[in-house]
Amino acid sequence: MKARILIRPKQGILDPQGQTVERALPALGFSGISEVSVGRLVELEVDDPAQLEDLCERLLANPLIEDFEIQLPEG
Amino acid sequence: MRIGVVRFPGSCDEADAIAAASAVAEAELLWHGRTDLDGVDAVVVPGGFSYGDYLRPGAIARYSPVMTAVAAFAADGGPVLGICNGFQVLCEAGLLPGALLPNNSLRFICRQVDLTVERTTTPWTAACEAGEQLSIPSKHANGRWYADDQTLAQIEANGQVVFRYAPGQNPNGSLADIAGVCSEQGNVVGLMPHPEHAVDLLTGSADGLKLFASVLEEGSSVPVS
Amino acid sequence: MSQSADQIPGRERAIELALTGAEYDQIVELLGREPNEVELAMYSLLWSEHCAYKHSKKILRRLPTEGERLLLGVGENAGAVEVEGLAVAFKVESHNHPSAVEPFQGAATGVGGILRDVIALGARPVAMLDSLRFGYPSSERSRWLLDRAVAGIGHYGNSIGVPTVGGEIHFDPSYESNCLINAMCVGIADPDRLMRCAATGIGNRVLLIGALTGRDGIGGASVLASTELGDDDADKRPTVQIGDPFAEKKVLEACLELVDADLLVALQDLGAAGLTSSASEMAAQGEVGLDIDVARVPLREADMEPFEIMVSESQERMLAIVEPARVAAVEQICEKWELLCTDIGEVTEGGHMRIFRGEEIVGDIPVTTLVDDCPLYDLQPSPPAEGLYPAPPVELPETADPATTLLALLAGCNIASRRPVFEQYDQIVQARTVRRPDEADAAVLALEASGNRRPAIAMSIDGNGRRVAADPLRGSLDGVLECAANLACVGAEPLGLTNCLNFGNPEKPHVAWQLVNAVEGIAQGCEALAIPVVGGNVSLYNEGPDGPILPTPVIGMVGELPDAERCAGIGFAKEGHAVAVVGPFEPSLVASELAARRGRAPSGSLPQVAAELILAAQQAVRDGVRSGTILSAHDISDGGLAVTLAECCGASGIGCSIELDELTDEALFGEAPGSGFVISGELAAIEAIDGARVIGATGGSSLTISSEDGGFAVDVEELHATRENGLRPYLP
Repeated sequence: MKARILIRPKQGILDPQGQTVERALPALGFSGISEVSVGRLVELEVDDPAQLEDLCERLLANPLIEDFEIQLPEG
Repeated sequence: MRIGVVRFPGSCDEADAIAAASAVAEAELLWHGRTDLDGVDAVVVPGGFSYGDYLRPGAIARYSPVMTAVAAFAADGGPVLGICNGFQVLCEAGLLPGALLPNNSLRFICRQVDLTVERTTTPWTAACEAGEQLSIPSKHANGRWYADDQTLAQIEANGQVVFRYAPGQNPNGSLADIAGVCSEQGNVVGLMPHPEHAVDLLTGSADGLKLFASVLEEGSSVPVS
Repeated sequence: MSQSADQIPGRERAIELALTGAEYDQIVELLGREPNEVELAMYSLLWSEHCAYKHSKKILRRLPTEGERLLLGVGENAGAVEVEGLAVAFKVESHNHPSAVEPFQGAATGVGGILRDVIALGARPVAMLDSLRFGYPSSERSRWLLDRAVAGIGHYGNSIGVPTVGGEIHFDPSYESNCLINAMCVGIADPDRLMRCAATGIGNRVLLIGALTGRDGIGGASVLASTELGDDDADKRPTVQIGDPFAEKKVLEACLELVDADLLVALQDLGAAGLTSSASEMAAQGEVGLDIDVARVPLREADMEPFEIMVSESQERMLAIVEPARVAAVEQICEKWELLCTDIGEVTEGGHMRIFRGEEIVGDIPVTTLVDDCPLYDLQPSPPAEGLYPAPPVELPETADPATTLLALLAGCNIASRRPVFEQYDQIVQARTVRRPDEADAAVLALEASGNRRPAIAMSIDGNGRRVAADPLRGSLDGVLECAANLACVGAEPLGLTNCLNFGNPEKPHVAWQLVNAVEGIAQGCEALAIPVVGGNVSLYNEGPDGPILPTPVIGMVGELPDAERCAGIGFAKEGHAVAVVGPFEPSLVASELAARRGRAPSGSLPQVAAELILAAQQAVRDGVRSGTILSAHDISDGGLAVTLAECCGASGIGCSIELDELTDEALFGEAPGSGFVISGELAAIEAIDGARVIGATGGSSLTISSEDGGFAVDVEELHATRENGLRPYLP
């Protein structure tokens, strides 16, 4: 099945990328946008999704500084 | 002749570009927040990591106020040179074709490379000979020039390839060994290697001076493409 | 005081924070009461090994700190010497423990931290050098640490526009679980504008400039840098500090603009122990007090406690003391650079550090008790009965012929070309780099032309843990002399050094013995060269489950040369030149690379050559390079004469034919760092150099070494390719 893994900076960890993007917004005329955080999306085909947790911990994310969320198709 | 060098937060090579430009003309910094170009005759968008290269290199800097003025200047045929991050900014701004992707090694690479000059009818290469090789340092993490097949064919057909890495020296996996391209009119040129770091034999090479000497030779006239 | 400030965490909590019971009692005595939570957090950090140097301060007093050209010395953010009317600031610092946990961010923030030390002087950083230690790259963990640490160094240095112009990497099993990341920064400033860190002027404002404050690295300085890392170090991980080179670039440009406009009274970076350490250092140096209001500190996370704000190690922040009338001008420059600049307090009389949360006082400590009253401990040095370090695995048989041995050494991780590493660093930004890494033994940066002369500074960073393990005193002395030898090879004269002392647990008698003797060796080296230590850093408790790291004093040295047009490189200049050795060197296999590859532990006695003879040889090389008679110069270090010659050939593509008295292992592969050189130039000129012994001539396409009993030859291309490709498989 196809799985999507969202990886984002851990809550409270400095996210320079998100901050820099957020600071650029007013000059472009965007307002009312805050809490910008920039992460990564990994898409993959997997037979046994039970192993994804381990894959994320060990390779796809750096658990010291990143959270991840595994999204599997409904049902 | 006055050459303006744009300075964004995160620019790193702007002082070196000023020094190189000063070898042939007057040079001054243009702060990114200004909306005019102070009447300069040519513009250099220098290297560095504008806005930390966050999101994509050049993606935020292209919206700086000064870039609107640079785009207007370019549309009027004014000579614009983008070096490294400056090349990325000009591509993001749509002033140059293609995009710069992460090097195929996924690493930053700093290396002296030889560039072959493919086109001399630009304001930045007029002092070069066609086919001439220049020894110029290259240093970047996102320099793999890419365009779709149709764009590439068009650019090759229009003679918009200005510099190619010498055979076997492509450091980043750029399509067709392309190191630098120009706009359709030829007045906007961008390249990944750093001519401003090749202006003194003591520090390795003086070949890069030819780019700055070219703009002086051409003056601010619009080249015929 | 309020309820929260009144809560007394007590003795047990102090011990959890790595203070001893006796230290806690002393704090109670100094305060005349028990410290509250904020105060205890501040003491626990400033009284940690990392901040207070409690096990090293006494012995560091042995190091010479005065020099003729010294502008700023120990006690400031970095030291500085005078060159051609400029102040050249420099300092080396370690970031070992954070890098062992998260190598990319650990190394990146290590670079960021040392950059801020130099920025705090009002100096523009112009060069970085790094000294790195890992376990053998055959181990997966060591390869990961190497790869990520190098990427982190490149990420930070490249993004901020400061070239990395040199450095060294050494691999040894003792660093397997405790890698070393030492970063050195060199900066240039106007000597009249050098900033100091002393807060002065009662009523002056305290401004916090730069990034938001978050929970980064809370407790890092005490927990990480003052205890050994065990297998369960995952549990000890505080919130990892994330480096933001873009923010630091803005901090750099804004601070230099502020210094240029003469708007600051004092400037200090926030490093280990954050605001606590910076504010108390500034107050102590200025003999004043400070009021700090944590409620005004801009936070990344809203719910932070006062103690967290005081000890946060969020990066890319500076503290400035500013006269009230100039605050607006400072704010304006910070705004231009899109930087936060917040008035968080005031310089006060009375020498107290008072921490407020709004109106409420949450901490009140006499500054001197934080900075000066930490107990200092005497070491109990005792030489070990037997070698401390196990023999490494045998990789090279004793019976291999010289050509095979030479190629194996060149391919080995400790001698192979560092190109795959250096290529990841911007070596040339700022347009001063005359000698790039691998081109010469020292990096050379050109300064502004003076008439038709291009004066320059040269710098080198070096350390040899194996030799220090064998003989801490002599090994450390030789380490200093080797750095000076590196400078001599480009025609430069040493002006000062900075050191980073990386050792194991000093409470163990044999580690204490290494440390005491190493400091003595460095002191003797400084005295021989007549140069001061301008600053540095001590990193202790570098131990893993298998014991301490090799004792690794790292020396960073800065020198000057009159004209960058004349600075030799490693490679031979031309065919038909004479090749000579210079120096009183007595090549020895003790603690050498060959001995390690043959599976021998680093022990035995090192040659004790008189320092005067070594300095005379360095002088001869320096003079020859400056006059243009010596056209290539390379000191004989790792791998001995044969490897040195192979590197001279490889760097130039020019071969040479060498005649030696004998082809013993000592003659070919014995090491004598600092005291022997291979030089080349016109025969008559080389022969005229005092002490030079001509051993052959350049030319041809192979390195040929022979004696009456025979000899061997290896193709230069093969030598070069072997050395070039040695490290590449580990950094694909």
